Amino acid sequence: MGFWEVTLSLIGGLKYTCLIFALTLLLALPLGLVIAFGSMSKFKPLAYLVKTFVWIIRGVPLMLQVIIFFYVPGFLLGHPILSRFSSVIAAFVINYACYFSEIYRGGIESIAKGQYEAGQVLGMTKTEIFFKVILMQVVKRILAPMSNEVITLVKDTALARVILIVEVIQAAQNYAGYGLMWPLFYTAVFYLAFVGILTLIFGYFEKKLSYYKV
Amino acid sequence: MPILEVKNLCKCFGKNEVLKGISFSLKKGEVLSIIGSSGSGKTTLLRCLNFIETAEAGQITVDGKLLFDSNVCKKQSDKEIREKRLHFGLVFQSFNLFPQYTVLKNITLAKELLEAKKGNDGLSKAQIEAQAKKLLDRVGLLEKASSYPCELSGGQQQRVAIARALALSPDILCFDEPTSALDPELTGEVLKVIKELKDVGTTMIIVTHEMGFAKNVSDKIIFMADGIIEEMGTPEQVFEHPKSEKTKAFFEKSFENIV
Ligand SMILES: Nc1ncnc2c1ncn2[C@@H]1O[C@H](COP(=O)(O)OP(=O)(O)OP(=O)(O)O)[C@@H](O)[C@H]1O
Ligand SMILES: [Mg+2]
Repeated sequence: MGFWEVTLSLIGGLKYTCLIFALTLLLALPLGLVIAFGSMSKFKPLAYLVKTFVWIIRGVPLMLQVIIFFYVPGFLLGHPILSRFSSVIAAFVINYACYFSEIYRGGIESIAKGQYEAGQVLGMTKTEIFFKVILMQVVKRILAPMSNEVITLVKDTALARVILIVEVIQAAQNYAGYGLMWPLFYTAVFYLAFVGILTLIFGYFEKKLSYYKV
Repeated sequence: MPILEVKNLCKCFGKNEVLKGISFSLKKGEVLSIIGSSGSGKTTLLRCLNFIETAEAGQITVDGKLLFDSNVCKKQSDKEIREKRLHFGLVFQSFNLFPQYTVLKNITLAKELLEAKKGNDGLSKAQIEAQAKKLLDRVGLLEKASSYPCELSGGQQQRVAIARALALSPDILCFDEPTSALDPELTGEVLKVIKELKDVGTTMIIVTHEMGFAKNVSDKIIFMADGIIEEMGTPEQVFEHPKSEKTKAFFEKSFENIV
């Protein structure tokens, strides 16, 4: 089996890896903010409900959640409703949204009360205070923990294989079954490059936001 | 007619009665200094005036308009409270500038948001910035317009905070220990700005531990103790001839600390 043939088949796997990564980020980043507001709600029952939900989602292995999302709805309704890919996305989005929500919450709660009060005495609305005053400070605070989480996501995409999605590691492992080892290292290089690019991107933003201190 | 009239203001946190019926009035252009020991309720009073806290009882009237009256128990909407806040400005002990914005933007932000709501009648961004630059000039920091707060000294940050509060042209400007977070050599520049504001007729309420300054700049002094006004009068009356034992004890202690 030649280099190009292997490369093409790994790219087939890569497609899933990248799609899961991108879709999860796209959906989980805003959903996490909604969950964060839920867990900080002044309406206590809602806050407790959301906190319990976050505790469950963070406490159960993502792999198990992927399996549950694929099998359980179909089993309950008698016919499958989510495709393999959609169940992976659903499980990943909810799981990562919960992790993100905790990072957001920590970031929001770490902003000094005086910042809100300064906005208040200047006649700003709650929404204006959040978006014009608080948000950018939160972004700066959470950049480092978010970069950790996003890098973990890159590697978690491999879990999709448990419901038979051939992501890049599965694709490489298939060759190992035939005694071909180098695709495994090829795959490792791919992950390193992916994470390397992310590190550069986060570094860029950190630098961009370094003009102010919070 | 006084510009500010406060009647029988009460505020408690749980069982802790922090303000036990505060009444005073202030004429336009007057400067009131509030002194008193730690925990006597000075900050809480300013916060009630600025509607950051809601008092349990009492009345607040500004320029003949009843802004707060505990007898009329109707829940005020956020919008109403915001409008009422604009009668007052508040300068915090810890400045509370917005770190991500330049000095100029710190001053213009709230004004821009307010003017944007007026639609076409509102001032333009350029007009607001021109006004902000005038204020910056007044506090002596025009050349820092494009700096960020973290690049300024504490005294400079506080002067920006004063300009920021002035940008909304409040009827009454409140200061909560504006120099307490500053090194001694920086307090002078902030006090000088406040003094200049008095000279142009700004109505101010200043909570301070700077006795000398309070005596110099004020038309009226309030000494607070345990949530009540223990003594009120002109600087001469309060500083030279205090009637209350608590006031005398407080001054004795203050001077001990200086020596
Ligand atoms: N948000 C709050 N919740 C509960 N108690 C509070 C709150 N804010 C203030 N207090 C209490 O109210 C009392 C008066 O506090 P306040 O900050 O008004 O005093 P102060 O005169 O400004 O003192 P200082 O000179 O130390 O600033 C204190 O006993 C304080 O513990
Ligand atoms: Mg105080």
